[in-house]
Amino acid sequence: MIKTIKQIAINVNEEGYLTDFSQWTKEIGEEIAKENNIEMTDKHWQVISWIQEQVTAKKPLSIRGIKKSGVIDIKEFYALFPGGPLKVSTKIAGVPKPKSCI
Amino acid sequence: MKNLVILGAGTSGTMMANHLVSKLPKKDWKIHIVDQYKTHYYQPGFLFLPFDIYNENQVRKEGKKFIPKGVEYHQLKIEKIDAENNLVELENGVLSYDILIIATGSKIAPQEVEGMHSKAWRDTIFDFYTYEGALALRNKLREFKEGKLVVHITEMPIKCPVAPLEFAFLADSYFDKKGIRDKVEITYVTPLSGAFTKEYSSKKLGYLLEEKNIKLETDFAIERVDFENKKIVDYIDKEISYDLLVTVPTNMGDEVIEKSGLGDDLNFVPTHEKTLQSLEHENIFVIGDATNVPASKAGSVAHFQSETLTDNILLYINNKPLKEEFDGHSNCFIETGKNKALLIDFNYEQEPVTGTFPIAGIGPLKLLKESVLNHWGKLAFRWVYWNLLLKGIPIPFVSRNMSTAGKNINK
Repeated sequence: MIKTIKQIAINVNEEGYLTDFSQWTKEIGEEIAKENNIEMTDKHWQVISWIQEQVTAKKPLSIRGIKKSGVIDIKEFYALFPGGPLKVSTKIAGVPKPKSCI
Repeated sequence: MKNLVILGAGTSGTMMANHLVSKLPKKDWKIHIVDQYKTHYYQPGFLFLPFDIYNENQVRKEGKKFIPKGVEYHQLKIEKIDAENNLVELENGVLSYDILIIATGSKIAPQEVEGMHSKAWRDTIFDFYTYEGALALRNKLREFKEGKLVVHITEMPIKCPVAPLEFAFLADSYFDKKGIRDKVEITYVTPLSGAFTKEYSSKKLGYLLEEKNIKLETDFAIERVDFENKKIVDYIDKEISYDLLVTVPTNMGDEVIEKSGLGDDLNFVPTHEKTLQSLEHENIFVIGDATNVPASKAGSVAHFQSETLTDNILLYINNKPLKEEFDGHSNCFIETGKNKALLIDFNYEQEPVTGTFPIAGIGPLKLLKESVLNHWGKLAFRWVYWNLLLKGIPIPFVSRNMSTAGKNINK
């Protein structure tokens, strides 16, 4: 699917996750955050960068990983990205959400 | 004489011993396999033990029976891998290696969550990923008359990621058959965003939970078990109460990996996802649940990996470049209860879709669709496991790399 954010066309899946990370920009992340009622702060962006680094390094994302990241503690993570922090933060970061095999 | 040492005589290690014994030149190579346990378990059978579908004898055999002649079997505890010096320290000595295959698997670590491995463990809190846990749960279920059953995943990755869902489906059938389904509330709790997280699977299978009246709690990252008040609690203090908690605890690689400094946070060994060579030591190869590759931790995956790994060991011995061949191929039957099952066949790139398997257009098995034949396929797999898979005999019509033939890929 094609979605247009600030006049830029991006490829997303049915749930709105970017399917091509190379199309991601901070501006796009900011707009996706707004759609999820999140106003981005420096702390939010630190988490987003960490998530992008993990995914680029092919490391799986998990709450355990967040705990050990040194960027943020888990309660803070929930407070910054309410309603399922991993699924919301990955959407903003332009990477796939954590999945199982089906 | 050179030594090839296999650590672990589970599914992966046993298959590798069987593959390599006929392929490595006997005059140059000696193969050793090390495992501290005497019994080899058919782990997929642990799903059926709690529901009295299988009994103890159907899921266990003596491990030695499956190790071929010509391979030296050491039933000893592994203390440490000294990768710098190509040595494995065993409980009563040292084994040196020229090539090492790590096949030490993964296991549950209930101590990772506060209150889980507590005095309520195997009283109101159970696992079914161990033989002992599955049997204890069977005895509990035989007496269970009414209340809240919570089926729970602690965190990913776990061995056989669909098993907890299968457990919930089989529990629905089990209580239905006993005539007490209306007295048991079943809730499925996952740290992921849904019971099904892939687009096509959720579309095709989303109906299952509703049809079976199984409640769903998503995005639940457990912080602790309040075992006194029988509640699981997450990081935003959300609580779910249970009378019987069936959990899949954190899965971790063996502690020997941690002691040897060879693993990641969860003691899984960083491994090249296509060659299965260790990323840090070129004479170490890793297979099955012990790796950190993003494939499912499942016997079928180990089976497909074993074929690529056998070729790569021979290439390595002959100083030739390794094949970047393994594609994450996975093939799993998924029990949905009432004598039906699904079948999925997928890899790193391709998510499970509908279609026919293993013969395109014919089947007889159907992909991503419930059928009675798939259920018989799952039951027949126990025979395949003991008689073909462990011995390294290829499964007819099923190749190591996933085939796109017979799959409806253009949704």
